[in-house]
Amino acid sequence: MNLYDLTIHELKDKLNKGETTVAEIRKAFADRIAAVEDKVKSYLTLTDDLAAKNAAKYEEKKDELLAGIPIAIKDNISTEAIKTSCASKVLENYKPPFNSTVVDKLDAAGALIIGKTNMDEFAMGSSTENSAFFNTNNPWNLNHAPGGSSGGSAAAVAAGECAAALGSDTGGSIRQPASYCGVVGLKLTYGMVSRYGLVAFASSLDQIGPITKDVEDCAIMTNVITGYDEKDSTSVADKAEDYRKYLKEDVSGMKIGIPEEYFNLDFDQEVKDSVLAAVKELEKAGAEVETVHITDAAYALAAYYIIGPAEASSNLARYDGVRYGLRSEEADDVRSMFFNTRSEGFGDEVKRRIVIGTYALSSGYYDAYYLKAQKVRTLIKDDFDRIFNDFDLIVTPTAPTTAIELGTKSDPLEMYYTDIFTVPINIAGVPAMSIPCGFDSNNMPIGLQLIGPHFGEGKIIQAAYTLEKILDLKDKRAEL
Amino acid sequence: MSTKYETVIGLEVHVQLSTKSKIFCGCSTEFGKAPNINTCPVCLGLPGSLPVLNKKVVDYAMLAGMALSCDIAEYSKFDRKNYFYPDLAKAYQISQFDLPIAENGNIEIETDNGIFNIGVTRVHLEEDAGKLVHEGSIDKSEASLVDYNRSGVPLIEIVSEPDIRTPAQAKAYLTELKLILEYLEISDCNMEEGSLRCDANVSLRPEGQKEFGTKAELKNMNSFSAVEKGLEYEVKRQQKLLDEGQVVVQETRTWDEDLNKTISMRGKEEAHDYRYFPDPDLLPLEINQSWKKEIRERLPELPREKYKRFISEFSLPAYDAGVITGNREMAEFFETVLKDYNDPKNISNWMMGEFLRLLNENNEGPYDSGVSPENLSKMLKMIDEDVISGKIAKKVFEIMYESGKDPEKIVEEEGLKQISDEDELESLVDQIIAANPDAVEDIKNGKDRAIGFLVGQIMKETRGKANPGLVNQMLRDKLMD
Ligand SMILES: [Zn+2]
Repeated sequence: MNLYDLTIHELKDKLNKGETTVAEIRKAFADRIAAVEDKVKSYLTLTDDLAAKNAAKYEEKKDELLAGIPIAIKDNISTEAIKTSCASKVLENYKPPFNSTVVDKLDAAGALIIGKTNMDEFAMGSSTENSAFFNTNNPWNLNHAPGGSSGGSAAAVAAGECAAALGSDTGGSIRQPASYCGVVGLKLTYGMVSRYGLVAFASSLDQIGPITKDVEDCAIMTNVITGYDEKDSTSVADKAEDYRKYLKEDVSGMKIGIPEEYFNLDFDQEVKDSVLAAVKELEKAGAEVETVHITDAAYALAAYYIIGPAEASSNLARYDGVRYGLRSEEADDVRSMFFNTRSEGFGDEVKRRIVIGTYALSSGYYDAYYLKAQKVRTLIKDDFDRIFNDFDLIVTPTAPTTAIELGTKSDPLEMYYTDIFTVPINIAGVPAMSIPCGFDSNNMPIGLQLIGPHFGEGKIIQAAYTLEKILDLKDKRAEL
Repeated sequence: MSTKYETVIGLEVHVQLSTKSKIFCGCSTEFGKAPNINTCPVCLGLPGSLPVLNKKVVDYAMLAGMALSCDIAEYSKFDRKNYFYPDLAKAYQISQFDLPIAENGNIEIETDNGIFNIGVTRVHLEEDAGKLVHEGSIDKSEASLVDYNRSGVPLIEIVSEPDIRTPAQAKAYLTELKLILEYLEISDCNMEEGSLRCDANVSLRPEGQKEFGTKAELKNMNSFSAVEKGLEYEVKRQQKLLDEGQVVVQETRTWDEDLNKTISMRGKEEAHDYRYFPDPDLLPLEINQSWKKEIRERLPELPREKYKRFISEFSLPAYDAGVITGNREMAEFFETVLKDYNDPKNISNWMMGEFLRLLNENNEGPYDSGVSPENLSKMLKMIDEDVISGKIAKKVFEIMYESGKDPEKIVEEEGLKQISDEDELESLVDQIIAANPDAVEDIKNGKDRAIGFLVGQIMKETRGKANPGLVNQMLRDKLMD
């Protein structure tokens, strides 16, 4: 295997044994990017300078979890003095004067930050086609989308353009692209990862999380990025653990719920079969599998498409051309500066959600939309809590299909539906992981979603690790 | 016959809290810094920045709520008020919408027409916005500049019930509110620096009618007298409209200090839909009993209580009690002097007299002057012990005010000690008697007033140092028996 195909822990092993050096690793990934980036187009910005800076500090940091490991970062996560555009024209040349907390944590862990990845503009989308700059292509089939919104991060991991990456997940934006690209993606319990420096889309739903080649790497990355941050009032204290202790092949006695209402939805049969086959494997390994009943996911989707846009309409109001980012040339007073900057700076999907959100919060509509959605949110949360009283985990597909072909979904509502399995998790604030469970007849990866209770990341990692060993798919790589 | 109208006024007062750092970040709140010095990613609203509540701000708001006899919320929250304006860094202001930190209070005020209780609807927390700066006037300036130093400075908004009936009451309400906040030491309450701002809602209704008339909202009143004048103008304006059978339009009007009138802002300020919703970046504010208790224990005696106590306990005239408690430092000064010197009336006389005169002349507060409470009580004791006369004391006081010196030292240095030694005065008394035969004759003829003349002569000779009582007695002994 090539260095760029290796996982974090494999690279660390080689470094520890002296079988390779940080310089070699850096070069291997730089060469890989040079070789395949034209095809995949994962990155908006490459940051080899930053990687070189940290590589130089390798000796003093070599005991750290990510010392010498090339990591890619989604472009909505602030990096000091490095463009953080959120794939939007409105922030095209914006360079933050500060690092997000996760980037500081990666830094402290010795990671080599090698680039900022493409995404749907402001993380609004499910295919990365809403990037204001270009599409990213799925490494398994370049005519397909990598998913979204963290499509660049998932594609970069799958293509060997980084060892692992950070994404952000508001309604599935880590898990769905991980599923489409055949890699592992974890959305943590809300509050586990500091949002300081994450450019807000929907503050009550957004979480940063890892996208990795295997479950062990996911545990390592989770160790690095979790923890209380006094700069984020919604971050939780005293919950982070050493997740590596859950890297055990053992699901005996674990109670896994299969939500009937989700599996009864109309979705790809190959996906359904593959997920259920994997569940069978878990059962064979000693898990107790039972059908559970859950609120119709359509309600979660409806609530999500009120709450998300409502918060977004407020979060994105600051892009007005006054302080940073784009300022329209076509302006002769404050009003036209605001108006034209926002008209020119935002893409259609972002505008659509700002309009929806503004409407939902407007006087006279607030109760019918925003307040109702919040009530639905409480019910969904209660529903998950109820199930987790009796179950350790819930299993669903990550997405209704494998990766869609680029340019085939033009109806926004149809696109929203691809989030049907992932959105309820953000609404409930619980953690969930997507791991590869098979391939469809077109050799496109299929993702299985493991959902856990609040702070149940450990259980998820343990079940995922067990399943990964059984299915033995983790060394399968896209050919480019 | 024209209808008699009743005026209905409600005030919304914004007060900057004097915490060292801003409400949601660690930036300094210091006034007068170079533009955009006191800023960071949070108060500039940079993408990805997040607010973290400064607990001290909550303490201050609780103090205010308690001092205004409000109920303090056990569960409160922050909401976003969304609107676009260049000085608003995030294009929303973090404020409190439906669950303010304090509600249902009142303020007792006193005017020439009596004592009134004005309800306080609510006290809520919010962040201030930045400030637009223009070169020259706003119309002629090439561009607008923005200074975000003020962005994120903590504010409380205090909303009154529509209980105020006259502009004079409005002024009294503001005065009392400002005084309470000064007693709490939670705000500078400086209207010129904008740390206290007041908007008013004004309407008229026929006397006896329950429903409110149509109100106008009055802004830009930058001093207490502007509030009073603005309201007076507005009441007259509405009265005239109603008398002429016209209607009052609901609108925002701005007080123009130069033109001495209110001007409609229609068209300039459209009706806003602020789309309030709970700020997802901040946790709800839960205030438990022990926190409340801790703050309640910090609550000082408030001006009205102190005022009443000064009258009942010290028998001070209401006016004097009002003046002394009408300034937190004066009241504190008074009570510090009282610790060493137990004659409140005498202290009050001195503070109301010489002290206040000099403070007003120099436009200073008591602690800016050279007079310390310890030295004032020392000086008052010296008068009581006949070390100096009351007249000499005025001179000592003036020197003390300028120099900050100990009164004993001043008396010694200036040779102002009272002459209370009969032997020392004997020859002078004889001299004066000899030099004023007419007066002596008058005294012998029973004209008592002439003694005062002789005392005056001796005081003049001793440059006020002779003990006047003693001199008086000596003259009587010598001339009348
Ligand atoms: Zn700041």
